[in-house]
Amino acid sequence: MQNNSYNNNNARGAKAGLLNEPLHKVENRKKYCRFKKNGIKYIDYKDPNFLLKLVNEQGRILPRRLTGTSLKYQRKVAQAIKRARHIALLPFVGDMLK
Amino acid sequence: MALRNYETVFILTPVMSEEEVRTSVDKFKKILTDNGAEIIHLDNWGLRKFAYPIDKKNSGFYTVVEFLAKPESIKTLETEYKRDERVLRHIVIALDKHAVVYNEKKRNKIKQQNEAQ
Repeated sequence: MQNNSYNNNNARGAKAGLLNEPLHKVENRKKYCRFKKNGIKYIDYKDPNFLLKLVNEQGRILPRRLTGTSLKYQRKVAQAIKRARHIALLPFVGDMLK
Repeated sequence: MALRNYETVFILTPVMSEEEVRTSVDKFKKILTDNGAEIIHLDNWGLRKFAYPIDKKNSGFYTVVEFLAKPESIKTLETEYKRDERVLRHIVIALDKHAVVYNEKKRNKIKQQNEAQ
């Protein structure tokens, strides 16, 4: 979704010849998988404070393209969050303040 | 069959006295030991608020039990949970090797803190 708008600007830029900078600065610092970096091997479903970092304001699981986690750990995160929701540590849908 | 590491969390309804909570937790402990399970660790979180109401209740007694058991005994444990109407919610999980190491480390950390105080 971000990348498409980036290309459109260039396409228009090429034609119009005026636009040399994309309108919105795409924040492209190198994303890394925090689990591989810190060597975390197990994501505990009983620890809601840690899981809250991986969930957005509505209580939904953050996608990989935003968090940058690897597929292997994203699956573990998703399973841990679903288990935490089952035992009512995390809301299924909530407007909890982050 | 070899014993495997399992972890179970169950939530008891809050409309119970401290005494009843203890008896029901002991009841499940007995069920486990009867089926040849070996309880590694039992952790009572006590009364805790839910993230969403369950069965019109907003809080409950959480109990976490880590144990070694034969895979067949898990089915009997599950039926016991379903049979007991005071258990609002329960979950039984098989632990992989990373989980066992994690739990071990967490328990040692808590033990050190207790000794430090």
